[in-house]
Amino acid sequence: MSPARALPAALAAVLAAALVLAPLAAVIGRAGGLSALTRADGAALWFTLWQAALSALLSCLLAVPVARALYRRRFPGREALIALMGAPFLLPSIVAILGLIAVFGRRGALNAALAALGLPTLSAYGAHGVILAHVFFNLPLATRMVLHGWQAIPSERLRLAASLGLGPAEVTRHLERPMLRAVLPGAALAIFLVCLSSFAVALVLGGGPRATTVELAIYQAFRFDADLGRAAALALVQVALALAALALAARFTLPAGFGAGLDRPGAPLPAPGLRRIKDGVAITLAAAFLIAPLGAIALRGLPALTDLPPSVWHAAATSLALAAGSTVLTLALALPLSLAAPRARWAEAAAMLPMAASPLVLGTGLFLLARPVVSPTALTLPVTLIVNAAMSLPFALRLLLPEVRSLQADYDRLAAALNLTGLARLRLLTLPRLARPLGFAAGIAAAFSMGDLGVITLFSDGRTQTLPLALYALMGSYRMDQAAGAACLLMGLTFALFWALDRIGRHADPR
Amino acid sequence: MLTLDDLLLEQGDFRLSADLTVTRGARVAVMGPSGAGKSTLLAAIAGFLAPARGRILWSGTDITRLAPGARPLSILFQDQNLFPHLSVEQNIGLGLDPKLRLGRAEHTRIEEALAQVGLDGMARRKPAELSGGQQSRVALARTLLRDRPLLLLDEPFAALGPALKAEMLALVATIASAQGTTVLMVSHDPADARSLCPETILVAEGRALPPQPTAPLLDSPPPALRAYLGG
Repeated sequence: MSPARALPAALAAVLAAALVLAPLAAVIGRAGGLSALTRADGAALWFTLWQAALSALLSCLLAVPVARALYRRRFPGREALIALMGAPFLLPSIVAILGLIAVFGRRGALNAALAALGLPTLSAYGAHGVILAHVFFNLPLATRMVLHGWQAIPSERLRLAASLGLGPAEVTRHLERPMLRAVLPGAALAIFLVCLSSFAVALVLGGGPRATTVELAIYQAFRFDADLGRAAALALVQVALALAALALAARFTLPAGFGAGLDRPGAPLPAPGLRRIKDGVAITLAAAFLIAPLGAIALRGLPALTDLPPSVWHAAATSLALAAGSTVLTLALALPLSLAAPRARWAEAAAMLPMAASPLVLGTGLFLLARPVVSPTALTLPVTLIVNAAMSLPFALRLLLPEVRSLQADYDRLAAALNLTGLARLRLLTLPRLARPLGFAAGIAAAFSMGDLGVITLFSDGRTQTLPLALYALMGSYRMDQAAGAACLLMGLTFALFWALDRIGRHADPR
Repeated sequence: MLTLDDLLLEQGDFRLSADLTVTRGARVAVMGPSGAGKSTLLAAIAGFLAPARGRILWSGTDITRLAPGARPLSILFQDQNLFPHLSVEQNIGLGLDPKLRLGRAEHTRIEEALAQVGLDGMARRKPAELSGGQQSRVALARTLLRDRPLLLLDEPFAALGPALKAEMLALVATIASAQGTTVLMVSHDPADARSLCPETILVAEGRALPPQPTAPLLDSPPPALRAYLGG
């Protein structure tokens, strides 16, 4: 690699590494071991592990019938439903939580129905509330992964199976079960990993000795007990969890084992009778589970939009500015790192580094670093921006890297032969060819930042608010109409930002 | 004059040596069995593969360490000769200025080059809107404007039908004679070599031999070439 190309990547790598390693070092220094931990912290670790495992298991188990039904059936709105299943990935967690409370909460629609039938009512709070929310976020993700697995079975294999006269049971045994064995461990691990660092869900729906995650325990040690030593020790536990899960994930990535196919439009397996009913039930329940909470928010929140206090609009402006800054920082790091990554392992490693830390871990470290120098409250917004960008960086790299590889494989020689280098190469070749993944990555970074309710809870004194924090405050003071209104605003802004950035990328793609 | 001075190329287990000169203005076919290293030889001359030993000289100047774009040559690959997201005009313009700062004079030259390869009025199109033959013509128009004294052809017309390929090779010959360009052309087709290239470099058994007259070589080919040509 020429020095001119390596320099921006080296700078980005140093910056990304510093953003993660400096806070980690501060945490390790302050913790000085794990002696500050209490019995309650042990319980938090245990809860973190089993709720993540159960959330992953439930999401994957439920995803199989839903994905199979979506694969086999053709019905109006199928494409829209599959697209909608991508939404929870971008949906601000606090919005989803509010929606789940509206449906499953004490005064929710479900309990109203149960009470009318004379049945005992349920609560959305506690351990099962946390797991319910995790399944809400991750069932659609798992469904899409499994559906993708089904669609990736080459139609040639299905034709071969049909020509050999294999029945549904044999097709399941020879084609579908191997596919599920290949897809499900990866899906479960991905969900397990996400749920390990669950914060906002546990903050609102969990808490107490029986439903506190390690992330939430860090926050509580920090805010309620002002015990920085314990917060740092908990942060170490969280890092160890993340590293162990990443090591596991690296070992478990199984190849699918299916040969290449020409992807002829394959006829889904005909499945009459009872299976038809089963498929219908799976699709209906999944769609209702997904749509009802968001619908409840929209019904209640849209009329309240005109009635929002000025502080909410102010918080919305703050969130937009943060999202813009965080997106720019994400791309400024991700682009040079992904361009260098095919030739330099260190570039990829630097971009993946944030996966070892969680937002609250980074927040604790940055707090420890900042405190001797400046009042941490003054740094609320910069720290939030930096942590949000760090959390988006691995996603952005994953999106850019395959496109960068094919760009370099296809056009490196031609560009070199024509002396197309430096900024001219960036302007005429790199940016046009990468416009699409850049726009998509920008959309994801912006949506993540818009919806983030994490590190800001550590730093904010309540005067500096983002939209999710303002929404959380409204929920805390039981102004539920206004909270629903703010949730509509947050949901609308988040998806609008994602849509706009993704569209700009597509539009700038000259293909 | 192109000189390969005691050149040794290595790629894993593969080794190819060459010690030869090509006179200025010559048109030379590069022939040999598949996998013998014809493309590797061109890649080294073009600067995509650093030789393990030896030097590459053009008119006595050592170009072994020059970047590909700084060498006195143009190369056309088997595929990916155009950027699909740039217009015909921009693709050709890259031959005049890699930063694409094109003034009125440059646009006139691009129009002239397009006319020369028979693509008048196609300047604003994207490569995907052109046929395979037309795309080859665009790449040729760019080499025309780059005006480098050496042209390397690594089978850029292999995907075209026989008639179209003959047409493109005739166009290459016209351009090369007009500009006095030295041409090195990988070929699988003895007829192409006979009609276009008075001389041939035979690449076989780890060596690239100095250019020899094409007709006698093809009339009584050595064993390696005979097995490849089949009869």
